[in-house]
Amino acid sequence: MEQEARRKYKKKSKLKSVWIRFRRNKRALVGMVVLLMLILIAVFANFIVDYDVAISQVMKDRLQTPSAAHWFGTDHLGRDMFARIIYGTRTSLFVGILTIAVAVTFGTIIGAIAGYYGGAVDNILMRFVDVLMAIPSMLLAISVVAALGTGLVNIVIAMSVSQIPRFARIVRASIMSIKGQEFIEAAKAYGASDLRIISKYIIPNALGPIIVQATLTMGTMILTVSSLSFVGLGIQPPSPEWGTMLAEGKDQMRYFPHLVTIPGLAIIVAVLSLNMVGDGLRDALDPRLKN
Amino acid sequence: MIKFIIKRLLMLIPVLLGISFIIFAIMSLTPGDPVRMKLGDGATEEEITAMRDEMGLNDPFLVQYVRYVKNALHGDFGKSYRNNVDVFGELMARFPNTLRLAVFGILISVLIGIPVGVISAVKQYSAADNIITILALLMTSLPSFWLGLMMILLFANKLHLLPATGVDTWKHFIMPSIAVAATTLATLIRMTRSTMLDVIRQDYVRTAKAKGASDRAIVFRHELRNALLPVITVIGVNFGSLLGGAMIAETVFAIPGLGSLMVASVRAKDTPMVMASVLFVAVAVGVINLIVDILYAYVDPRIKSQYGAHKASGRDRK
Amino acid sequence: MPFSSRMNKGINMSEQILEIKDLHVVYNTDEGTVYAINGMDLSVEKGQVLGLVGETGAGKTTMALSVLRLLPDRIGEIKSGSIRLEDTDIIRAPEAEMKKIRGNKISMIFQDPMTSLNPIMTVGEQIAEVLEIHNRDMTKQQIEERVDEMLTLVGISPERKTDYPHQFSGGMKQRVVIAIALACTPDLLIADEPTTALDVTIQDQVLQMMRGLKEKFNTAMILITHDLGVVANNCDSVAIMYAGEVIEYGTVEDIFEGEERHPYTAGLFGSIPDLTKKERRLHPIDGLMPDPSNLPEGCAFHERCPKCMDICRTTKPEAMQFGTHMIRCHCCAPGIDGRETA
Repeated sequence: MEQEARRKYKKKSKLKSVWIRFRRNKRALVGMVVLLMLILIAVFANFIVDYDVAISQVMKDRLQTPSAAHWFGTDHLGRDMFARIIYGTRTSLFVGILTIAVAVTFGTIIGAIAGYYGGAVDNILMRFVDVLMAIPSMLLAISVVAALGTGLVNIVIAMSVSQIPRFARIVRASIMSIKGQEFIEAAKAYGASDLRIISKYIIPNALGPIIVQATLTMGTMILTVSSLSFVGLGIQPPSPEWGTMLAEGKDQMRYFPHLVTIPGLAIIVAVLSLNMVGDGLRDALDPRLKN
Repeated sequence: MIKFIIKRLLMLIPVLLGISFIIFAIMSLTPGDPVRMKLGDGATEEEITAMRDEMGLNDPFLVQYVRYVKNALHGDFGKSYRNNVDVFGELMARFPNTLRLAVFGILISVLIGIPVGVISAVKQYSAADNIITILALLMTSLPSFWLGLMMILLFANKLHLLPATGVDTWKHFIMPSIAVAATTLATLIRMTRSTMLDVIRQDYVRTAKAKGASDRAIVFRHELRNALLPVITVIGVNFGSLLGGAMIAETVFAIPGLGSLMVASVRAKDTPMVMASVLFVAVAVGVINLIVDILYAYVDPRIKSQYGAHKASGRDRK
Repeated sequence: MPFSSRMNKGINMSEQILEIKDLHVVYNTDEGTVYAINGMDLSVEKGQVLGLVGETGAGKTTMALSVLRLLPDRIGEIKSGSIRLEDTDIIRAPEAEMKKIRGNKISMIFQDPMTSLNPIMTVGEQIAEVLEIHNRDMTKQQIEERVDEMLTLVGISPERKTDYPHQFSGGMKQRVVIAIALACTPDLLIADEPTTALDVTIQDQVLQMMRGLKEKFNTAMILITHDLGVVANNCDSVAIMYAGEVIEYGTVEDIFEGEERHPYTAGLFGSIPDLTKKERRLHPIDGLMPDPSNLPEGCAFHERCPKCMDICRTTKPEAMQFGTHMIRCHCCAPGIDGRETA
C-alpha cells in the first residue's frame, strides 16, 4: 500500500505540479483573475455597453469629469470614456493575441527548421534573425506601418515581425538542447519523418518557454500598440483604443486629467496582469528559480 | 584582442547591408509617393515626373539601392525629401540630444537598479524584497510616454518645478530621462535580482561560507562579481535600445533627437532620412555590443582566455 | 561477546573532537516537510578518520552542513539534539563564533570540485582568502608564502596560483579545494564524497594525499562516501546511515568482519564481505529508501528488510552495543530468533 502510494506521488504529472506551484503564487493568481476578467470584458463588451455609446459624439456632454451618468467622464467630443475603455480592452487584447499568434507561428517554424537541420540552413536563417533583432522593434513597427498603412492587420504584421526572432531563438535553443538525446535518435531509427519528430517531440519540449515568453511579450505588445496609436500610427480614431485615447486627451490633460489617467491605468492593469501571470508561469515551470 | 575587435567590426557589415536592404525595400516598394508629398497637392503631372526623374525614383529598385549604398560609402547620405537639408548634418545635430538622454537614462538605471536588485535578492522574501519586486513589475508594465505625461501633469503643470518640453537646460532632461529609464531600471532590478538568486545557490558561494567569510565578503567578492556578468549584457542591450527606441518619449517631451526625427521621417516617407538614422542607430548598437563583449572578457577570465588564449593562460608568464 | 546496553560514548570523553547527540534536522519545502535527520548519534575522536556510508538521501550531507551550520536558509532547520565541537555548542553558538569556526576549526570539502571554486578569482586568491579571514596578524608576505606552501603540499606548482579554476582539470581543482580546506590546519575536516566526481585513477592519488596531510596536521576527518573500498583503506571507524539515522557503528574490523550485522549493512556488502576481496561497489538492495517526507512507522528499513519481523513494523529498534560495535536492529536484541547466529 505504502509503496503504491509513493509511486503515485512520484508519477504526479508535470502539468499538475506546475499548476500546484503556480497556485501557491499569490501574485500570479491575482494576475490570472484580473486577466480572466479582462478577457470576459473583451468578449462580452457588447453586453456591458452598446458600441454606439463608445463612438457617438454628444457635443453638449463634452469634457465631463467622472459622474454617475459617465463613470469615467467624457472626452473632448462628448464620448463616454467608460464605454471607450471597455471596447479598448477588446482592441488591445485582440491585437495582442493576434500578434503573438503570428509571431509564435513564424518564430516556431523558423526556429524549428534552423535548429533541426543545422548547418547552412541554420546559418542563413539565424543571420536573418540577427538582422531583424538589430533593428529597434519600435522603429521596425513604425516603418512597416508607415509603408503598409494603419489598418488593424498591418499593425499586427508590423508588431509581430519584430517579435519573430525572440521565438525563433527559443525554439532553436530548445531543439539544440534535446537534439542529440536518445529518444530523438530512437524515433529516427524507427523511421519517423522529420515533420513528425519536430511536431511530436521537439515542439512540446519548447512549449513551456514559449508560453512564458508569449505571455510576457503580449504585455509588451499591448504597450507597443498603445505607443503606436499615441503617435498616430496605430489604431485610428474613432475606434476606441487606449493609446488613441491618450493621444486625443493629452491636449486637454492640464484641465481634465481624467482624459489621460484613466486610459493609462487601463493599460497598466492589462500589462501588469499579463506580466504577473508570465512571471508566475516561469517560476512554476522552472522551480530552480524559486526558493 | 585586436584581432577579435576587427573581426567583430567586419561582422557588422553584412548586418548593416541587411538592415539597409530591408528598410530600403519597405520604404520603396510600398504605396505612398514622396514626390507628391514634397511638391504638395498643387503640383502638375509634368512637375512630378520631372522631379521623379531628377531623384532617380524611376530607376528599378535594385539600381536605386546599389546607388544608395555607393553614395553612402562615400559619406553621402543624400538630402531629406521633406525639407532638403543634408541628412548627415541633421543626424549629427540631433544625435547629442538622444545620446544625452540615453546616458542619463542608463546612469539612473544602473546606479539605482543594481543596488536595489542586490538588496532584493539578499533579503529574499523580506518586506523590502516584496515591495521592490512589485514596484519593478509595475514599472515594466507602464508605458513610458504615459509616465512622461503624468510627470508633465504633476511637475510642470501643477507644481511648476520643471519645464515640460525642450532641451535648453539640464532641467529639461530630468523628466525625459526618468521616463526612458523606468523600463530599463525595472529590467535591471529584475535581472540583478534573479542572477543574484542564481549565484547565491552556487557551490562556490557555499565554499566561501565554509571558509568563514563575512557576509559582506560573500555578497561583494563572490556573489555580486559573478552576478554582474549577465547584467552587463542587459545594460548594453538597453543602452542600445535607448539610443534607437526613445522615439515616443522624445515625441512627448518635444526633444529634437533621433527618435522624434525617425517618427516624423517615417510618416513623411522621407527615405534618405529614415535610412540614415536607422543605419546610424544600428552602428551605434553594434559598437555598444562590442564594448560590452570587451568589458565582459575583462571581467570574466573564462571568456578572456577564449579570445586571446596565449595571453591569459599564464603558464608562459613569468 | 560482552553485551552492554546502549551508549557507545563515554570511552575517553576528553579525546572527542565532535559529538552529535539525538540530532533532528528537517527541510521545510514547498512540497512539505522532509525529515532528513532523525535522531542521529555520532562522535569523532581526535585524529581519527570516520567513514560515513549510506545511499543518496540518507542524510550524510545534511549532517555535514548541520555541523557547519550551513543548512539552506529558511528551509533547513535543526529541530533538536546537540552538536558539540570540543567545548562549543554548535547549535547555540552565535553566528560570529561560527564564522570563526568555519574554515579554521572545521573545514569542508564539497562533492563537486568543478563548481566549488569561484570562477572569477585566481586559485591563489581563493586560498589566501581563508588565511586572511582567520589570521588577521599575518602579513601579505606570510600569506603568499603559506599559499605557495599549501599548493606545493597538494602537488601543484606555486607558479600556477595566478591561474583561474577553468585552467585546471577536475583532479587539480579538488587539490585546490583541499588546499583551501587545510590551509588553517583545522581540527576536523569533513570530506563529502571528495572523489566521486573524479576519474578512478585520480581518486587514489587524491585520497592518498589527503591521508598524508591528515597525518601531518593531525586532523580528524569525516569521510563521506559510497565506496566501501575507500572506507576499508582509509578509515578507523565506520558509521552506516539509513534514513537519517546511524544504524550501525564500529571500527572498520567490526563492520567488515563482525559477527553481528545490520541487515541493511549486509545488503550493502551484498554477500559476506571479505577484506581481501575489496568490495568496490554497493550491491543494490531491493526497493527504495523511504520517502523522507513520509517515513514509515517502526524501523525505517523494515519495508526492504529480508529479516523483517512483526516488531519491526511497530517499534523503533534501540541501539545494541557489542563492545565498540553498535547495531540498531531488533534482530540483534537478546531473546529474539535472529540472535541465534551470534
